[in-house]
Amino acid sequence: MFDHSHPRLPAAPGVGYKARHYAQIMADPAPVRWLEIHAENYMGAGGRPLAQLRHLAERFPVSVHGVGLSIGGEGPLDPAHLDRLRQLCDWLQPASFSEHLAWSTHDSAFLNDLLPLPYTGETLARVCRHIDQLQEAVGRPMLLENPSSYLAFEESEMPETEFLREVARRTGCGLLLDVNNVFVSAVNLGLDPLAYVGDFPMAAVGEIHLGGHDEEEDEAGRPLLIDSHGREVADPVWALLEAVLALSGPRPLLIEWDNDVPDWPVLATQARRAEAALAPVQPS
Amino acid sequence: MSNTRNIVAVAGAFAAALAASSVAHAQAAQEKCYGVSMAGENDCAAGPGTTCAGTSTVDYQGNAWTFVDAGTCMEIELPKMDDHARMGSLEPLDRDLPMDG
Amino acid sequence: MTRVLQAGFRAALLDPALPPPEALGDGRGGPVGRRFDVYRNNVAASLTEAVLEGFPTVARLIGETNLRRIALPFVRAHPPRDPRMFRYGDAFPDFLAGFAPVAQMGYLPDAARLDLALRSSYHAADATPVAPDRLAALPQEALPLARLRFAPALRLLPSAWPLHDIWRKAHEAEAPAPRPQAQDVLISRPGYDPRPDPLSKPQGLMMRALLDGANVSEAHAASDGDEAPLTDLLGLLLARGAITDLEVPR
Repeated sequence: MFDHSHPRLPAAPGVGYKARHYAQIMADPAPVRWLEIHAENYMGAGGRPLAQLRHLAERFPVSVHGVGLSIGGEGPLDPAHLDRLRQLCDWLQPASFSEHLAWSTHDSAFLNDLLPLPYTGETLARVCRHIDQLQEAVGRPMLLENPSSYLAFEESEMPETEFLREVARRTGCGLLLDVNNVFVSAVNLGLDPLAYVGDFPMAAVGEIHLGGHDEEEDEAGRPLLIDSHGREVADPVWALLEAVLALSGPRPLLIEWDNDVPDWPVLATQARRAEAALAPVQPS
Repeated sequence: MSNTRNIVAVAGAFAAALAASSVAHAQAAQEKCYGVSMAGENDCAAGPGTTCAGTSTVDYQGNAWTFVDAGTCMEIELPKMDDHARMGSLEPLDRDLPMDG
Repeated sequence: MTRVLQAGFRAALLDPALPPPEALGDGRGGPVGRRFDVYRNNVAASLTEAVLEGFPTVARLIGETNLRRIALPFVRAHPPRDPRMFRYGDAFPDFLAGFAPVAQMGYLPDAARLDLALRSSYHAADATPVAPDRLAALPQEALPLARLRFAPALRLLPSAWPLHDIWRKAHEAEAPAPRPQAQDVLISRPGYDPRPDPLSKPQGLMMRALLDGANVSEAHAASDGDEAPLTDLLGLLLARGAITDLEVPR
């Protein structure tokens, strides 16, 4: 139903779409050039959500970001949900489709959170099998996003970067690098975020996420960062972004703000900062 | 089953309904919603969305609590109805609730 | 090496009395309790928030604080079965009906059913109302035999309570006090915003018959009333753009 004039996301700022910003986005979106939606919120039969999405997609490249497929789940992927993702992608012809390295459904209970998995040969084979199945269903390559972690599994056999590199190599999928998730995980697990991005397969990165986090402490008094998407992107995350962009070159850059969603000007200011971060690496 | 009188009455009712309602009005409302109220929409019927973010609002604690906030309930006093006793407001409880998580 | 199975992880997420699964850590040999609690909290908080957003009428009637307290045991006992969160909460009306502290508020389960029906109407497929000239062109004697087709967003909610009055009072401070009469509620969606209207019991019976495929005359007979309620019901359906088509036998 849509033409294919937006085959790719631009290497420019985008934002996670919120219905309350509809009027401002239609009137004056600058500097935002593209939008991301959560796939599961547009799986109704009709009504305002789909009408809005149709209007937005006429004007902006749209990225469909799934949050509910449970790619890391021990059980098989839900065939009904795979079919809904396929239908949405067929209808919308989005510029990008992405999902998470996480699980959220077990034994048919959907827990509405991105839950962690250990990085082993067994989980690697399972995730690759699920991604093959998903790419087959939607008929296009996808991007897989790195999670934010609050704990580690003793059984893990490899670092996350190696796991993701191997998934991309085996399935041909691209990667979505969430820079805030890198920072949150590194602080929470005592890792070096620069070493993480230095080891990340940047050639596979098709999109970058930025979001805000909250600062808590664990019972031992160590910092425990929460990936809350409820505030401005933190300064050390902007600094880490600079290091990422120096390695990756220009990429589509998304501001995620999902809780305590601010008025449009606050979001646009974050997008302007993303635009400024991209400037030094844009081809002249 | 429906006698002639009934048929005539129903036909009259339909015609009256048709005359009284302005179907064009309903269509105008649809246009308005599409163009205008979509901008300043009231989206509260949308219901909950998904999340890919965490929260630091602490909500996970134990199973037992007290249910004492009757003050936040709306007072809806209803006169006595046939099948129901007076519809009271929330009953304040100061004991722990039995929970089966 | 101990493997952490998702069954154990899920069980501990939904039951705060259980310890976190073994063989989890902070990567440095430190305690894991508060770290696991982040996930436990994300699940509880996001699902509780979903109940609050999904049941605005219930939230108004008992207050947000109380709804949060009811939602927590609910989400643990009835986590979603579908990643489409806008569909969450089918089990909530029955859960409320069995929840002792709100037993006095007998209308609360129906208020929750109304919230569910409004939500499902909001996400229902679009439809075009039947063309006015098509109706006007029909011979009058054909109308009683017509079977009506309705927009997918139409919902009928029977209730033993003055449900529409309660809904209005919950959302409008100035609304009159609910009357002591049972009301069925008809939800239609002119455009994109679902709209509840009260139906009398005879109208509710007629509407049920029409939805079940009765023709207009049969539906009228189902209510054994005079024609005034029928006129009003048909007028309402037309005004709300809820009739999409009608079939008239030749």
